Amino acid sequence: MPEITLVLRNKVGLHARPASLFVRTANKFKCKITVSKDDKEVDAKSILSVLSLGAEQGDAVTIKTQGEDEVEALEALKALIESNFGEEG
Amino acid sequence: MKKFKGLPASKGVAIGKAFVYQGEEPRVVSNFIEDVEGELTRLEQALKTSREQLEKIRAKAQAEAGEEAAEIFDAHILILEDPVFLEGVKVKIAEQKINAEAAITEVVREYASLLASLESEYMKARAADVEDVGKRIIRNLIGVEETSLGNLLEPVIVIAQDLAPSDTAKMPKDKVLAFCTARGTLTSHTAILARALGIPAVVGLGDEVVESIKTGDLLIVDGEEGVVLLAPAPQDLEKYRERQKHLEVARSEEKLFAWKEARTQDGYRIEVAANIGDVESAKLAIEYGAEGVGLLRTEFLYLERSTPPTEDEQYSAYCAIAEALEGRTLIIRTLDIGGDKPVPYLKMAQEGNPFLGCRGIRLSLKETWLLETQLRAILRAAYQHNIKVMFPMVADVSEVRRVKELMAEIRNELEKSGIPYAEEIEVGIMVETPAAALAADILADEVDFFSIGSNDLIQYTMACDRTNEALSYLYQPLHPVILRLIKWIIEAAHIKGKWVGICGEMGGEPKCIPILVGLGIDELSMQPAAIPTAKRIIGAITLPEARGLAEKALSFSTPEEVSNLVSSWLRERLKI
Repeated sequence: MPEITLVLRNKVGLHARPASLFVRTANKFKCKITVSKDDKEVDAKSILSVLSLGAEQGDAVTIKTQGEDEVEALEALKALIESNFGEEG
Repeated sequence: MKKFKGLPASKGVAIGKAFVYQGEEPRVVSNFIEDVEGELTRLEQALKTSREQLEKIRAKAQAEAGEEAAEIFDAHILILEDPVFLEGVKVKIAEQKINAEAAITEVVREYASLLASLESEYMKARAADVEDVGKRIIRNLIGVEETSLGNLLEPVIVIAQDLAPSDTAKMPKDKVLAFCTARGTLTSHTAILARALGIPAVVGLGDEVVESIKTGDLLIVDGEEGVVLLAPAPQDLEKYRERQKHLEVARSEEKLFAWKEARTQDGYRIEVAANIGDVESAKLAIEYGAEGVGLLRTEFLYLERSTPPTEDEQYSAYCAIAEALEGRTLIIRTLDIGGDKPVPYLKMAQEGNPFLGCRGIRLSLKETWLLETQLRAILRAAYQHNIKVMFPMVADVSEVRRVKELMAEIRNELEKSGIPYAEEIEVGIMVETPAAALAADILADEVDFFSIGSNDLIQYTMACDRTNEALSYLYQPLHPVILRLIKWIIEAAHIKGKWVGICGEMGGEPKCIPILVGLGIDELSMQPAAIPTAKRIIGAITLPEARGLAEKALSFSTPEEVSNLVSSWLRERLKI
């Protein structure tokens, strides 16, 4: 069950377009994926749950994957966050 | 074929397809269900449809407005697919055995409040998104079209629970054939708007009408009888198409009448004037054939501002209106407001019942500074224009005497300042309280004319709120009791050589006009759109005939009998 903790550097954090991208990416994989901030852990495939985390720029989030394609899933989400969701800030 | 009966809010016949307007909230009918599987299937279907709709809208938004505009719909699609959200709904259906609509409503409410409670503005705004998606799914569950009227190719008959100004404001009026609502009374917004547009409307049809009719159903709406026919039989269609033709003919004939002076068949003159509330309507009134303005509501000068209108402002407005009327009579009614519509520049006491409180002339006599400014402006404007003045809400002769004293004082002031003003001006009062009606003989000595404010007179006499649906059987202009009062008012005035007009809604209603003429009314003032028909009716009746109808009406004990009496006459003579 791989996991990784990353700090959000993009401007809006896990909101709006980044959140949508995040959730869409998560949904491409078969494994179970969760994302957590502090001690709140939610289903990464649920937009409403991800939004409710209220993760902002500078917050640390932990992504956990479990299942068939857990490694690829984690890689994909890691890459997404590290590229700041493809935007400037 | 199904027949619904309601209140005839606006005359005319419409034949067309229904459009069920859900307004802001689709009406959710919560049920307990037996067949969980079936319900889940229903849900899946609605979700699929919702997704298709959102994808279409997303594509349209992107094409029309670019990527950013389209993104919001991406979010909606994600919400639609949110596994946690959907799980929540399915579990509710399976465990609580409630229908999909109810399950969605509950889950949406939970998420919406969760999001709304979060710190960021962004999150709070997402609450609206969840609600929007929820409504879409529910609309698809119920089977209601989302297309706004603007997308339709042909005009439709709008069916709704009720219609508020904010609902109808968004509708392109050329796409509406008629309005039909489950709620509402003859003076509700729907009725007033329909009459202003000249399209049929039936209100108070009951909730059944929204539940039974689906968008696309063929309907006939009879605004005269207050009837809506669903899936009409061929004979009905034929009968109503005939009536539509007659009405068309009548309408074009009426246009010819508009330009003539209103006279009965045997040559008696009844003045047909307009009720207006601003400068624009004055021009409209002339187009409809108004012979004058029987009521200028002056509230437009006072409401929605933080300071009262100055004398010069008012003077300009009154002159502008008088000039638009090209010499025709302009009757200005002094400010008629009360505690129900507070204005920032007046300190109005908190009242337990503002409708029986300090309003109209009572308020004016309390805040005499306000009244004096208005009277100064009126007297000045009347110097070169055909202007009369009248006072609202009079209940006692002392009020009239006081107002006349004030007018005398003002004339003195204007004289001293060398400002031109009308030395002679006709002074009248609205007769709208039972007290004023009963004291008509006393008041007739004090003024030059009466104008019957039937809307309020009926309310106060029948002790009913005209917007209270449960009491619509009481708010009946043709109630013999009201007719007795009107007869008394007119006779009391005529004996003293004073004229009587009427500016309440009944003055413009075809069923009331023959009776009013028969009771001796001298002037009818109404909304401009009603003028052509009024003139036509007057032109088709003789005074003895009208008197006969009035006498018969007074012998009845119910408004229905009076209504039937006049309806038959109208149908026979004018085919309307």
